[in-house]
Amino acid sequence: MDTFAALAHGMAIAVQPMNLLYALIGVFLGTAVGVLPGIGPALTVALLLPVTYKLDPGGSLIMFAGIYYGGMYGGSTTAILINTPGESASMATALEGNKMAKAGRGGPALATSAIGSFVAGTIATIGLAFLSPYLVDIAVRFGPEDYFALMCVAFVTVSATFGDSPVRGLTSLFIGLTLGLVGIDKLTGQARLAFGVPELLDGVEVTTLAVGLFAVGEALYVASRRHHTEEKIEAVKGSLWMTREDWKRSWKPWLRGTAFGFPIGALPAGGAEIPTFLSYSTEKRLTKYPEQFGKGAIEGVAGPEAANNASAAGTLVPLLTLGLPTSATAAMMLAGFQQYGLNPGPLLFAERPDLVWGLIASLFIANTMLLVLNLPLVGLWVRLLKIPTPWLYAGILVFATMGTIAAKPSVVELSMLAGFGVLGFLMRRFDFPIAPVVVGLILGPIAESQLRRALAISLGDPMTLLQSPISATLLVVALIALIAPFILKGLGRFKANED
Amino acid sequence: MTTESAGAEPPSRGIDKAGIVIAGLLAAVALVLVYDANQIPATTMYGMGPQVMPVVIAIGLGILALANLIDAVRGNLPPRESADPVAVLLILAGLALLIAIIGFGGGFILATTALFVTTSAAFGRRAFVTDLVIGAVLTTLIYLAFDRLLTLSLPAGPLERLL
Repeated sequence: MDTFAALAHGMAIAVQPMNLLYALIGVFLGTAVGVLPGIGPALTVALLLPVTYKLDPGGSLIMFAGIYYGGMYGGSTTAILINTPGESASMATALEGNKMAKAGRGGPALATSAIGSFVAGTIATIGLAFLSPYLVDIAVRFGPEDYFALMCVAFVTVSATFGDSPVRGLTSLFIGLTLGLVGIDKLTGQARLAFGVPELLDGVEVTTLAVGLFAVGEALYVASRRHHTEEKIEAVKGSLWMTREDWKRSWKPWLRGTAFGFPIGALPAGGAEIPTFLSYSTEKRLTKYPEQFGKGAIEGVAGPEAANNASAAGTLVPLLTLGLPTSATAAMMLAGFQQYGLNPGPLLFAERPDLVWGLIASLFIANTMLLVLNLPLVGLWVRLLKIPTPWLYAGILVFATMGTIAAKPSVVELSMLAGFGVLGFLMRRFDFPIAPVVVGLILGPIAESQLRRALAISLGDPMTLLQSPISATLLVVALIALIAPFILKGLGRFKANED
Repeated sequence: MTTESAGAEPPSRGIDKAGIVIAGLLAAVALVLVYDANQIPATTMYGMGPQVMPVVIAIGLGILALANLIDAVRGNLPPRESADPVAVLLILAGLALLIAIIGFGGGFILATTALFVTTSAAFGRRAFVTDLVIGAVLTTLIYLAFDRLLTLSLPAGPLERLL
């Protein structure tokens, strides 16, 4: 089996002492930043990107794997202990987990979430390792028109299909696409939307946009409504360990959550919200203790947490094999690749197998480290949660601006960061989703160049998009995904019912 | 938890003025895109040139401006809570200070300390001197860790040269 050999080779790379150290630092930093309230995994990755600037690509991607999983784990700790999910995918966890913490069962809630994440992450990473070579085989047959059509599917599903409002989702996407136009056009060398400002010729940096929207925007938003909220950290009382009963009630939700999370994450549909809420409603239906749901049922933590982690590993499938990010976090990972001039996709598997398989192997290692590190260190994470809000957000902003200052210490770049912060604030206030902006910025230019390449090959005949069966099918899928939410008026309605 | 009653605006079905402003801004961006695309000299090549995509996106933005306008007129925007403008302005002032200090060569520590103090004031802290000291210590540590240990180049000003 090729996969086994490749994975074994990746494992050999990942267990080199330096790489183990990178993974450890990544896991530690990822959890430490991810545990801070209001910081989801996407922002964790964005904030920590500058830290990896000076490393070699292999080491940096391995650190990334740790940051990715660490950020996710940190987010669920926050969701359980203070009921502020850093991202919508942790909402189900916050629902039951915070109730468990209030009832003095914070320890088992954290444990089932940690072990469930480990189980789901491991199974999903195995899935990633075995599924990727097949997808790569398919992906090499993709022409530019097929890639363009695939990106159309991603655009629509990320922005319109699963959100609360397709209009607001698409608006976010088009803001991102507009930002993606800024700079020198790669095919002709013409400047677009640069308005004579030299700094704009390089285009909008993904990290500047993400940190501005997520970190600065969040700080402005939380500051603007601090009179409305009062956060209460639940102390971790009693035993950290799960009882026999807890284990018995957790293992099936873990596996079912994984079964929801991985396939949905691996589809170019994006988002961990759908599998987590599917898992939550399934567990609610199957449980022997329905009366506990809404009051702290362990199944309601175990299932969604597993689904969340499995879908996170699932989103790496389209990212690594097709270069297609389907979540804000995946878009940040793509930015991480791009800072080394690496483009994920079938070519990367052929050209840099050491890198890809080293990364996949590191996911296993990061996952194991998290399990070993996090439960014993939970006291440390809780202490991080106790940082007073003013200092916490002041520190976040200092760290957020540091990334931009280190990358490009120019007035224009910092003004853009502040401007994106205001944009992020307004988008939060008026309930526009943020992830489509980031995905639009990063995928827009790629989609455009694929489309233009396809049209150049066909000598300008747009019918080439419909003549390729792959492209035609994908475009129909995109069209259905675009129209469906308007007809069904909210596929996301089941979300509202669960709240 | 959120106290909905305190500052929440009544769920009006009336015209949402902010929504109309949003629609107007989207339309304005669409116009800028078309204007900018017209400045690009036409190139002779097969397929589409660099001016096509901006126009396509501008059309999309135009349609979305209209859709947002309809939402605003129907009052379909999600309800908003009252916001504290002072807090927002304080943080923005901090960012402006940071940009000015970096622009005039004041260095990393001075710039980020200014941001630290204003942000913490925006979140309701009134202990100005304490926060100044904490901010200075924190940013100095960050500077030392990232500039010296991780060899990122952070801009140096008078304070950094003393270290």
